[in-house]
Amino acid sequence: MQRAVLLLGANADMAESMARHFAQRGYQLLLASRNTEKLASLESDLKIRYDADVQVFRFDANDYPSHHAFYHSLPVKPDVVVVAFGVLGDTEMAMGDWNSSQEIISANFTGAVSIVNVVALDFQQRQAGTIVGISSVAGERGRQSNFIYGSAKAGFTAYLSGLRNRLTRHKVHVVTVKPGFVRTKMIADVPTPVLLTATPDQVAKRIDRAIQKRKNVIYVLPVWRYIMLVIKLIPEFIFKKLSL
Amino acid sequence: MVRAISNWGNYPVIQANEFSISSQEDIRQRLLDSSLIVRGNGRCYGDASLAPSIVSSVGLNRFLAWNPMDGILTCQSGVLLSEILEVFVPKGWFLPVTPGTKYITVGGAVASDVHGKNHHVDGSFSQHVIELELMTGQGELITCSRDTHPDIFWATCGGMGLTGAILAVTFRLKKIATSFIRYHHIKARNLYEILDLFDQYSSATYSVAWIDCLIKGENFGRSILMLGETASPEDLTENNERLRAGKEPFLNVPFNFPAFALNKLSIRAFNALYYGKNLTKESRKIVHYEPFFYPLDSILNWNRIYGSRGFVQYQFVLPEDSGRKGIEDILQRISKRGLGSFLAVLKQFGYQNDLISFPMKGYTLALDIPIVYGLFEFLNQLDEVVAGYGGRIYLSKDARMSSEIFWKTYKNAPKFQEVILRYDPELKFCSELSKRLKIKG
Repeated sequence: MQRAVLLLGANADMAESMARHFAQRGYQLLLASRNTEKLASLESDLKIRYDADVQVFRFDANDYPSHHAFYHSLPVKPDVVVVAFGVLGDTEMAMGDWNSSQEIISANFTGAVSIVNVVALDFQQRQAGTIVGISSVAGERGRQSNFIYGSAKAGFTAYLSGLRNRLTRHKVHVVTVKPGFVRTKMIADVPTPVLLTATPDQVAKRIDRAIQKRKNVIYVLPVWRYIMLVIKLIPEFIFKKLSL
Repeated sequence: MVRAISNWGNYPVIQANEFSISSQEDIRQRLLDSSLIVRGNGRCYGDASLAPSIVSSVGLNRFLAWNPMDGILTCQSGVLLSEILEVFVPKGWFLPVTPGTKYITVGGAVASDVHGKNHHVDGSFSQHVIELELMTGQGELITCSRDTHPDIFWATCGGMGLTGAILAVTFRLKKIATSFIRYHHIKARNLYEILDLFDQYSSATYSVAWIDCLIKGENFGRSILMLGETASPEDLTENNERLRAGKEPFLNVPFNFPAFALNKLSIRAFNALYYGKNLTKESRKIVHYEPFFYPLDSILNWNRIYGSRGFVQYQFVLPEDSGRKGIEDILQRISKRGLGSFLAVLKQFGYQNDLISFPMKGYTLALDIPIVYGLFEFLNQLDEVVAGYGGRIYLSKDARMSSEIFWKTYKNAPKFQEVILRYDPELKFCSELSKRLKIKG
C-alpha cells in the first residue's frame, strides 16, 4: 500500500528537499503550510518531475484551536508526520517586543506541541506511525545570540523525548532531528563554515534513513554531536563569559 | 557578503554581492535597494551577468505546467536544461534547441537566445518560446509573447537580462523516439571542402564542424563535420534502453592549471591527435545524445585548464554572402598569429532576423583563447574585420568588445535600447556588459 507523509511547514527548504525525496520514493504527499500560494509551485513541480500524488493544505502553527480539525479532515491518515516549521527570529528585537518573542516560541514550541498532540493520539490508537520533529542544536545550551529560539527548541526536544518514551510501547516511533548549520533561507546571508554546513538534500536523506533504521536522535553531520558535547562540557562560570 | 565572482571564462573577476532568492517577492525587495542583474548558472563566458549587485535565479527551480499532448512546458527561469532532460527524456521529449552545455538555466537560454547544432533548421531557442513572465524594474509583472507586449518579448529574447527579471518561460519541447543519435562524421581536408560539405548536408538536423586553426598550407582549415539525426527504435540494439537521460559527470578539474600548460605545441599535438583519431574519411554510428551534444559536460570545471588568468571565447557570425571569404580571411589571421584553441567550432546558421539575437544566416566560428599579453589588441583588430564583413560578436561569450563595434554591428541596437529604457526608466537592471557597451547604466 502507498505510504503517506504529512509535511508541516512545507515551504521550508528542508521540507522541500524531503518532499522531493519522498516523492521519488513513491510516497503520497500531504503538504501543509500557512502560505498555500507559495506551495502551489512546489505542488506542480512534484507532479511534473515525479508524477507524484500531491495535495496541499492550509495549516497555521499559531492557530492552535484549528489543529484538531485540520488533522482529522485530511483525506488520508499519514504514516509519517514531519514537523518542519520554525522561526529563527531576531533575539535582540524579541527582547523588547513580546509579540516577536511569542512568535518564536509559538512557531518552535507551543504550535508544535499542539499539532503533535493530535497526531500522537491518532498514532497511539492506530499503533503505528513515525513522527519526525526538526529541533535544533541551539536547544542544547542557551547562548546569548539566539536563546529565545534555543529555549523553545529545548522545550521541543524535551517534548519529543517524552513523547518517544510514551509511544514506544504503542509501536509509534519518534525521531528528533538536530540539523546544525544547513544551507537554507533561514541563514541565507550568514556565512557559515563549509565543513559544518549540510545541504537540505543531505538532511532529507539522513531523515529518511533515520525513519527506516528507527534512530531516535540524529545530528545531520555527525561532527555536530561532538561539537555540542564540547559546548555542553564547558563549565557555566566560563560559558557565561563567552560571546557565543 | 561581497566576494569575487566571475563567469565561465574566469575573466573578468569582480567583487560583488550575490543574493539567493526563492520567490519573485525576494526580487521585488532587492529592486528597492539597488540596481542589479539576474544571474543563472554562470555559464555565459564574460561579464553579461556580472554587476555589483547580483540576484541568483537558481532558487527559482520549479516546473509549473506540462501538457503531454502538445509538449508545452512552463517552468521557472532557474530550472537547468539538465533537469529538463532528466525529467522529460524518459517521457520521450527533448530540448527544441540546446547549446553545448546542459548546465545553463532556462532564463539564461532566453536571455542569450542560445543556438545549437540545429540552428539551420530549427532556429534559436526563442523560436520555440511561447510566453515569458517578466518582472520589470518597478516590480511590475508582465506576461509577454509574440502577441501581447511583443516589443518587450523580442527585447528579452537575446536581451541579456536588461529588460527585467525573467521569472517563468513557456516553450515547446521536441518529441523524440529514442535518446540516441544517428551520428555521421566526414573529414574535410581543408576549408573549402568543409564549407561545401555544409551546403551539401544542409538538410541534416544537427551539424557542426571542429576546425584546426593552426595548420597552414594545403590543409589550411582541415575539419571534421559532425552530423546527427535522432535515431529511430530500429537503429538500436537490444542493449540500448530506448529513452534514457544522460549521466552526471564524474570527472573534475579540481584546480586552475598553470599558465604554461596550454601553448602552441600542446594545442598542435591535440589537434593532430583529434584529426588523426578519426582514421576513416567517413563513419557512421549510433551514440547517446550526451556525448553528441555535451562532450565537455562530462568534465566538471573544464574551464580551469585555461588557468587563473582565464580565457575568452571569441565567437562571431558572418553573413552568407561575404561569409566564405570572411572566414578564410579571419582564419588566416588567427593561424598567422598562432592563436590556436582546442575548441574551434564552425557552424552554418539558418535564417534569423530578430531584434537583438546574435544569429543571422551565414557562418559562425567560435574559438576558446587563453588570455595572453597582446591578445586584446589583436582581437580589437579582428572585431574591425568582422564588422567589415557585416558580421557581429556573440554577447554571451564576449568580455571585451568596444561599444563602438557593438553599435556598428548590431543594427537594431537603437531600437533595443529604446524598448529597455521605456520599460526600465530607472535603470534597475544593469550589468558590467551593459555599461561596457554603453547600452544602459
